[in-house]
Amino acid sequence: MIRQFGLNEALFILSGIQATIALSLIAFAGGGLFGFVVALLRTAENKAVRRLAAAYIDFFQGTPLLMQLFLVFYGLPAFGVQVNQWVAVAIGLTLHASAFLGEIWRGSIQAVPLGQTEAARALGLHYKDRLVSVILPQAVRLSIAPTVGFLVQLIKGTSLAAIIGFVELSRSAQIVASTTYKPLLAYGLVAIFYFVLCFPLSRLSAMAERRLSVSR
Amino acid sequence: MSANSAQSFGQAEAASKAGSATPIIEIVDLQKWFGSFQALKNINLTVKTGERIVICGPSGSGKSTLIRCINRLEEYQDGRLLVDGIDLSAGTKNIDAVRAEVGMVFQQFNLFPHLTVVENCMLAPMKVRRANKNEARDTAMKYLTRVRIPDQADKYPAQLSGGQQQRVAIARALCMSPKIMLFDEPTSALDPEMVKEVLETMIGLANDGMTMLCVTHEMGFARQVADRVIFMDQGEIVEQGEPHSFFANPQNERTRGFLGQILH
Repeated sequence: MIRQFGLNEALFILSGIQATIALSLIAFAGGGLFGFVVALLRTAENKAVRRLAAAYIDFFQGTPLLMQLFLVFYGLPAFGVQVNQWVAVAIGLTLHASAFLGEIWRGSIQAVPLGQTEAARALGLHYKDRLVSVILPQAVRLSIAPTVGFLVQLIKGTSLAAIIGFVELSRSAQIVASTTYKPLLAYGLVAIFYFVLCFPLSRLSAMAERRLSVSR
Repeated sequence: MSANSAQSFGQAEAASKAGSATPIIEIVDLQKWFGSFQALKNINLTVKTGERIVICGPSGSGKSTLIRCINRLEEYQDGRLLVDGIDLSAGTKNIDAVRAEVGMVFQQFNLFPHLTVVENCMLAPMKVRRANKNEARDTAMKYLTRVRIPDQADKYPAQLSGGQQQRVAIARALCMSPKIMLFDEPTSALDPEMVKEVLETMIGLANDGMTMLCVTHEMGFARQVADRVIFMDQGEIVEQGEPHSFFANPQNERTRGFLGQILH
């Protein structure tokens, strides 16, 4: 039976936004936390540690998110670790986002002129104080635009979670499209929802950049 | 502005300096390579407390590398380096403690652009010396006054001229009450009209008995304040002596060639 495309269908698609937002938040939080660690390891003084972090980044940048999700979802059970959907997707998105954010932040940290580190060292500041008081405040400003750019990609990337069973924005649109035979309407609507999620982020980033650049 | 106006950085230090001949820096057979290029060869140098040393030489001669070894911004491969009795060869454990006692002023100033002038001066005393905010601010204002820019305290470095920025950098280093000050071509990045204000600040510091090692081509400064002038070339100390004889009667061919070029 072909259903009409009515308010219920629109609301059904909209309900998918909850999962999209939840998945995005998990990816931001996990990716942000571990990405920060990856960035620190990637800029560590120890060469072996730097290489290890680089290999981690290379692997997750060089393989598709889809495959990473598959690997976690089907791979962990193969090692006898049973994981539910949420845990699997949280691990997959965190690994993926931490590699990309780690590399973005590595670049931002290294874009702070070497003289800043040298001056901080010469004053006797320890690693933590050099990082927190001198390097990071300058690196954060440099990293805002690429970070937000990646987060927007990540929001859209959560649609891949549909293939391990999540009914998020894209999947709900697909369901509605197949029951109403109105794909243009369904996908058009979901595009608008994605835009509404992502656009404010981009604007926020532009604002933050303007505010933080005052001190330069 | 006269040279005298920048005086009195600490009369007590000046008094203690006269009678003291203890070496504060001892460098023995120092060797430093960048890959296969030997940047420092058999450097032997002893610096007494209160001594003012000017190091000159052509670019690439290793003079900056040498003073950067003293606070371990550069690592060296062989030899011994003692700063205030602490052996820097023995590992990196004490390095932050040594750095806190050795102030450094860079060619490119290297002020922290996200902090105001006074915050630049307060950071290390608060983080390293555990001074509270009020103490740190008082100390910062004291030294900003001595370098004659207290009125710029709440500006950001980018709002200052090069000469002002370099004076802030000197004040920032002094806020840690260092025993030694290292100057790495402090006036080379400055417009000519700003060189004088920075040199006057340095002269004031020298007159107060600070132990100073200055890499500079300002030979007027060397004549006026240096106890010893060192000439380096190709990673070696070629010649050294007190300024009068060094300039009047250089012994080495390379020294004569170099002085001929820079003294016009």
